[in-house]
Amino acid sequence: MRALTSFRLWGLAPAWVLMGLTLIVPVAIVAGVSLADRGPYGGFDWALNFGSYREILFTLGWTDELEFAPKYLVIIARTLGYGLVTTAICMALALPVAYVIANARAGWKPFLVYLVTLPFWVSMIVRVYAWLIILGNEGLAEKAWKFLGGGDVDTFLFTNGAMLTGMVYSYIPLMVLPVYAAIEKLDPALLEASHDLYGNRWVTLRRVILPLTWPGLSAGAILVFVPAIGTVLEPMLLGGGRQMMMGTLIQTQFGGGRNWPFGAAIAMVLMAMVVVVLLLNARRAAAATEART
Amino acid sequence: MSRRDHDIRRYPGARLLTAVFFLWLYLPIAVVIGFSFNQNRLVSVWTGFSTEWYAAALANKALMDALEVSLTIAVIATIGATTIALMAAMVLSRAPAKGIYRLSEAVVNLPLMLPEIVVAVAVLILFSQLGIADGMVKLALAHTAFCTPFAFLPIRARLQGMSRDFEEAAQDLYAPPLTAFRRVTLPLIAPGVFAGAMLAFVMSMDDFITSNMLNSGGSTTLPVYIFSLIKRGTTPELNAISTLMILASLVIATAALVLAARAMRREA
Repeated sequence: MRALTSFRLWGLAPAWVLMGLTLIVPVAIVAGVSLADRGPYGGFDWALNFGSYREILFTLGWTDELEFAPKYLVIIARTLGYGLVTTAICMALALPVAYVIANARAGWKPFLVYLVTLPFWVSMIVRVYAWLIILGNEGLAEKAWKFLGGGDVDTFLFTNGAMLTGMVYSYIPLMVLPVYAAIEKLDPALLEASHDLYGNRWVTLRRVILPLTWPGLSAGAILVFVPAIGTVLEPMLLGGGRQMMMGTLIQTQFGGGRNWPFGAAIAMVLMAMVVVVLLLNARRAAAATEART
Repeated sequence: MSRRDHDIRRYPGARLLTAVFFLWLYLPIAVVIGFSFNQNRLVSVWTGFSTEWYAAALANKALMDALEVSLTIAVIATIGATTIALMAAMVLSRAPAKGIYRLSEAVVNLPLMLPEIVVAVAVLILFSQLGIADGMVKLALAHTAFCTPFAFLPIRARLQGMSRDFEEAAQDLYAPPLTAFRRVTLPLIAPGVFAGAMLAFVMSMDDFITSNMLNSGGSTTLPVYIFSLIKRGTTPELNAISTLMILASLVIATAALVLAARAMRREA
């Protein structure tokens, strides 16, 4: 028994060493760097300086007084907004799609699930690039628009729509799969019971299907929201830099001669946002388990 | 049973929406592949069929170097991540889900919970503090870490659904633990291990954010190189490169799924 326990701990050791070395310790260092002084040529000097966090809200005026400057708050708000809208669109799309797949003939189901997952295996950069040429000048989107009688457009690129299209496209499989798993588990007898009790389709959807697939939807929401608020490629390529997001803001702070402590502070804010979401989800899941027992 | 013309399980429009969804899902892939055979230098104006851009891509030295870096890192990361994930999954599927074990499960999945850009910044700062300058070492370590949960989840799922009877029988027949593992458990969980390794490999090949952050002279990966090409402007050569990457992804994914399905069937 003793030997078994020690093997257990040894089996876990590599994972702990790897994650400790590449994640836990480094994130602690990032927290430290966010409090450091800015180095003269990029980099940083250790210190205890809350200036980087202050910089998110205020700028120093000519005479060293603090002036409220919302430009970084706008970026944080935009990041949250894009994350939420992307998640909402993914939910709205995934529910009917997953429902149709779950109700398809048994022989088709694995194939349809495979079709949903397949684009996810294609490199992210290739997927974003594909939208770049579709939405770009004289691309397919513009031709389709003109064909349908739409007026002259400058470009579809660098718009909110372009960003959202790219983000939804990138993350939608992460929503469809958990929602499909939840709908698959749904007992058809419950739908029939709802029908027998004179519930029409929409009542059944609202009162039976939605509550029972909610665990899948919320799992998908986490899977989509977390990478969506940290996204880098879509704002750089489809947003054209005009739509700065937290991910791109962090990225630009770590080039040569940039402001590492400020980038670290933004990274900490982003991480805090993710942790809050995960904690809320854990509480919701715990409450749901408790309600069931 | 409900009548066919009033089947409560059917939602009007849902099938149509799903069909449109699948078209939309494959439209970008089709466009990239289609225009890779375009003769014209302009990406979106079709003038004729040509395979010259594939020749141009294959003759591109920088591209081949990037491919070599990506493959090297992906192989190292896949082996490392799958080994570490397998060890952790073996322990965690047999241990009670509490205390240190519960915490360990969270630690293994940590890369899934943190935004990748934060992890990328964190490793960048760590390596700069440790003075590790070798780009390949940095990439290999970082990739192994973020690939581990992708290798872990399918293995864990496979172990979860598996009866321990066979392993116990082997041990009753005096097989040492390692032999029991190699001859009984490993073949049983092979589909999970295989799926995990495939996922890890693709995630490593696919990665942009971390690789871009750690990018340095000799360690430009394929996605980072493609990004630098995109910033210079879209060309049909880029479409040809993308098409080759798409085909590679599709082949790996399909092979993984077919082999996993076959393994499942044999067992049943």
